[in-house]
Amino acid sequence: MLPDRVIRVDPPRVERDEWAFVQDAADVLPEGPAIVPLSTWLPRRESLPARQPIGVWLAPDDDPDSLRGDLAAVSVIAVHFPKAADGRGYSTAVLLRRLGYRGELRAFGDIGRDHLFFLLRCGFDAFSLPPNKDPHLALAAFREFTLHYQGAVDDPTPLYRRRPVAGQASHG
Amino acid sequence: MTYRYDELDRTLVAERVAQFRDQTSRFLAGELSEDEFRPLRLRNGLYIQRHAPMLRVAIPYGLLTSRQLRRLAHIARTYDRNYGHFSTRQNLQYNWPRLADVPDILSELAEVDMHSIQTSGNCVRNITADHFAGIAPDELIDPRPLAEILRQWSTFHPEFSYLPRKFKIAINGAASDRTALLLHDIGLAASRDADGEIGLRVSVGGGMGRTPMVGHVICDFLPWRQMLKYVEAILRVYNRYGRRDNLWKARIKILVKSIGPEEFARQVEEEFVALKDSPSVISDSEYARVAASFRPPAYASLPERTPTCEQARADSPAFSRWVGRNVHPHRQPGYAAVTLSLKKTGAPPGDITSGQMELVADLADRYSFGELRVSHEQNLILADVRQDDLFALWLEAKSGGLATPNVGLLTNIISCPGGDFCSLANAKSIPIAEAIQRRFDDLDYLHDVGELDLNISGCMNSCGHHHIGHIGILGVDKNGAEWYQVSIGGAQGHDAQLGQVIGPSFAAAEMPDVVERLVAAYLDLRREDERFVDTVHRLGLAPFKDRVYREEVARAA
Repeated sequence: MLPDRVIRVDPPRVERDEWAFVQDAADVLPEGPAIVPLSTWLPRRESLPARQPIGVWLAPDDDPDSLRGDLAAVSVIAVHFPKAADGRGYSTAVLLRRLGYRGELRAFGDIGRDHLFFLLRCGFDAFSLPPNKDPHLALAAFREFTLHYQGAVDDPTPLYRRRPVAGQASHG
Repeated sequence: MTYRYDELDRTLVAERVAQFRDQTSRFLAGELSEDEFRPLRLRNGLYIQRHAPMLRVAIPYGLLTSRQLRRLAHIARTYDRNYGHFSTRQNLQYNWPRLADVPDILSELAEVDMHSIQTSGNCVRNITADHFAGIAPDELIDPRPLAEILRQWSTFHPEFSYLPRKFKIAINGAASDRTALLLHDIGLAASRDADGEIGLRVSVGGGMGRTPMVGHVICDFLPWRQMLKYVEAILRVYNRYGRRDNLWKARIKILVKSIGPEEFARQVEEEFVALKDSPSVISDSEYARVAASFRPPAYASLPERTPTCEQARADSPAFSRWVGRNVHPHRQPGYAAVTLSLKKTGAPPGDITSGQMELVADLADRYSFGELRVSHEQNLILADVRQDDLFALWLEAKSGGLATPNVGLLTNIISCPGGDFCSLANAKSIPIAEAIQRRFDDLDYLHDVGELDLNISGCMNSCGHHHIGHIGILGVDKNGAEWYQVSIGGAQGHDAQLGQVIGPSFAAAEMPDVVERLVAAYLDLRREDERFVDTVHRLGLAPFKDRVYREEVARAA
């Protein structure tokens, strides 16, 4: 079961989650906004969007490229982290953003406060934490770092392109 | 000099210390479970060991200032048992800190621009480089600016912090390879194309561990400005397709082997092309900014050879022997690089006391522009010593137990901390190293035996790099007892080779005999200047195997 709250950013906040997750392709679609597995989406990509607000979720080994033609048709793409140590979803997010997806990109599964900053940098902008984790406490994750060395989805410019040029005064 | 931090670098490290302090207090308060805290502490170099936590401090590409070394000594004295251990990855390990003290230790490190970021965990680890960088006569480029640029890029990389397994990158700028480049997940070797442009030859998929492999070159010439993009492409392919179902098959070498180096290279190339508009092309101004930290020190203008040093060598055979083994050529006339040996018999290889650290810091200040390096052979190097200071330096180093003249010799044993400390180990390493050092205590004999790399790992994780030892010793567990498997013929460098196991393993007490028999076989069989490893490569295992096990049987009978 997933909780009914979601963390969203800009600014970081906790909101009521209007979306229902469909865990298994065999499950019946609920009324209202639903996020379905890729295996449900692919055969019904023509009919589903007409029916209700729809989202798709990807497992770690699902290829983000399979949604290449659907990026405008879905309102949410979610990426599942069955285990925190399985970092494939970070690359999935980077690739979805590179494909041009601009909608809500949500991480869910075994994630917590200590993963949010990296997830954010990879292009996620919504987070469903497990029910035993307080999403309000997790908001602290967005205040821990004020800078980063390398470019990523949130800010493609590496720090060195913003460093003071040698000989000029530092703005530290 | 080491890379000079500015306010931005300092801010980042300070924020990491604060983050880890918070994570530690949440763990100690029960808000984070052991399972949740483990990956967080590991990526900050903190293991829970047999007796206490072990904290691994990063020493990027092995470079330290005397000020930093004094701080490491202070930390060892205040928070630990007055010593530290230099590892084969040029880092420093403390074996006895208290978990609750670790945030304070990190604050102390941050004050001297040090940290333990990514010294463990399934992320990009400390970048290693030639310990003679910047002074080696055979250098094409100084690898340190690129190593530092790569260090910054990989620090807290958001996408590559939960890789299938740890990831080690080495970079070499010289003609000879002193980094074990081909045994790394990625090896970057400087090369020059027909137009004289500098680039990198990229190898992937090398590694030690349970399934040792020599890396494959997948790109012969990568323009250096593209380095970050190409490494990003490699890591993205690995992050997506590396195995995650089996810890022992999760390194990139297994992926490269299973799909083949050609197919792996094709996938990397495809991803690299997709990154064409990336802003992470290295700019000339950034290269210049970083390289400024590594400019040569203010050398005096000196003649090539120094009469005082020559005379001292003539007067003192002991000094002369030390110069022969522990002093290395330098590109600046009148200067030399000096290895301070941490391989004195009776002290665990790589271990150093606080007092010795302070002595080395003083020596660095007086004789080598206040800087030193850690070698992957677990010794310390003063890189810029005037030849006419060598005799005075030798006397002081000797008084501190740091002048054992054994660099490149059998007693310069490379060893992990082993079962005395490490909870992963199958068997102890340190007592084996000591027993072998004691057996080969005769310096004349040792010098006659000549170059011989002996490496000991307490388990298949291969922290002692036993696969590339001319003689490699591996601790194995047989029904709960500690045994030692012996391989010979391993080698580092451009012609890196993995050693081959000679046969059934041995009990700890047999190990000095086994090594002695291997050496005796070599002395009988060698031709002229042939090194031990050359003789093994010429004749194969058989005569060595025969010598070791025949005497074994003869003794048992």
